[in-house]
Amino acid sequence: MISFNQVHKRYPGGYQALKNVSFEIAEGEMVFLTGHSGAGKSTLLKLIAAIERPNHGSVLVNHQNVGVLKSRALPYLRRNLGIIFQDHKLLLDRNAFDNVLLPLQICGFDYRESHKRVRAALDKVGLLKREKSNPIALSGGEQQRLCIARAIVNRPSILLADEPTGNLDTEYAQEIMAIFKSFHQVGVTLLISTHDESVLQNTNVRVLALRQGELQPASPFATSGGSGQAASTGSGQA
Amino acid sequence: MRHTLAQNIGVLRRMFSSKLAGILNILVIGIALSLPAGMYVLLQNAQGLVAQLSGTPQISLFMSMDAKADDVDKLRKQLEQHPAIARVEFVARAQALEQLKQSTGLADVIGGLNQNPLPDAFIVYPKPSAAQSLDELRIELAKLPKVEQAQLDSAWAYKLEALLKFGRMVVLILASLLSLALIAITFNTIRLQILTQRDEIEVAKLIGATNGFIRRPFLYFGAAQGLLGGIMAWLIITISLLLLNHQLNALSQLYASQFVLHPLSLGDSLTLMLFSMYLGWLGAWLSVARHLSQIEPR
Repeated sequence: MISFNQVHKRYPGGYQALKNVSFEIAEGEMVFLTGHSGAGKSTLLKLIAAIERPNHGSVLVNHQNVGVLKSRALPYLRRNLGIIFQDHKLLLDRNAFDNVLLPLQICGFDYRESHKRVRAALDKVGLLKREKSNPIALSGGEQQRLCIARAIVNRPSILLADEPTGNLDTEYAQEIMAIFKSFHQVGVTLLISTHDESVLQNTNVRVLALRQGELQPASPFATSGGSGQAASTGSGQA
Repeated sequence: MRHTLAQNIGVLRRMFSSKLAGILNILVIGIALSLPAGMYVLLQNAQGLVAQLSGTPQISLFMSMDAKADDVDKLRKQLEQHPAIARVEFVARAQALEQLKQSTGLADVIGGLNQNPLPDAFIVYPKPSAAQSLDELRIELAKLPKVEQAQLDSAWAYKLEALLKFGRMVVLILASLLSLALIAITFNTIRLQILTQRDEIEVAKLIGATNGFIRRPFLYFGAAQGLLGGIMAWLIITISLLLLNHQLNALSQLYASQFVLHPLSLGDSLTLMLFSMYLGWLGAWLSVARHLSQIEPR
């Protein structure tokens, strides 16, 4: 589903964000991406969504090399991805309902179908009663859940989440993790980045650990996470 | 499709939400367009007046006083066979005198004359397509036997026509310049709109919006602003003409004539509005092409 092969990413100015990263995530897998801030987690997610492009190596999503996609093809790649941002990126000039509606408008869904789907997505994250609220009136946890609703309303096969629990207290964080698990159960491929390894302690999932742009070998939390147990560090440096 | 429309209307409503700025923009566009369009209306009216006064060009042939009925017939045949002449009208001298009496109110003076001072005359209507110029035709006709004088009427109308041509050129230059101004206004408005909606554009790109999808509402906005500006220009012209006609009415009564300024025709009104709409769309398109690519999600 997602495959990195010897990926290097250097930002203009010389900062090396990712060094020789290789891994594979199979369809339906739920994988956590850990590391301190600055370890390259966000960069890795951005490469999958083609927000950034690798300097070297290939990033395959559904067998498509997204690093060399023409900009005209990008929208169609991103429609297949649900992206949850650490800073929500919610639009404050419209209510919760319209925020979730946006991806469906972009894909050109008809009125009735899109409204049905928005309500279903809001219901899924427990915000159906807040659909008329402006995002600014929602709590941090609610904003994050709204962002999740927007990411899933389009029913993408891959969900990327960048520090979804970053600013939340434990209770909210558990709530959101529970939502992610329910997506995992219906076969969505998930890649979730977090610097907070405490949320992983009771879970039984595969972990990709980044340190200073390099993938670390087998993490302590890693157990069986699906068919694609293919995490490896390309260079073998530790 | 209906959904897209509803969504675009939503975007437009947000864009027009800064009411004062929007109204000022529309006013500026309206005033800029009303200048050349108003001048165009005045020119159209002047041209109508010229056409009304001059009618079709004609040449008056005055025969010598000693011409007999025989000479008249001969000349008539010659004229009717001439390739450059469409129609000939004969005015007998007695008839001319009668007309003169009636039209000028000089019946008493003319009645005092002991002989008719007017000659027989032909009014010659040249074919409009004739290759020969009107003046050449006049000279040729003047050389015919028993013709005393050939006079080209409405020569002044041609001079006025030349003046109108000059006026039309002025309007054209003015219209071109102000059209550029309109494009510039829209360009800048859209640039500001894009900047204020930066977040929305970024998010839309992140969740899979095509450039066309993002571009569309801005183009609609530019076109709508242009159209409203065109309507504003139309209103300015129409109201101005109403005010001017009110004054003209008083003036024309003093001259015992009936002269009113005609408003823009339906076709011209539509052209004005559609042209303005097109310019707004063009300005928006240029602006979007220039600025939208600069916004990429990070």
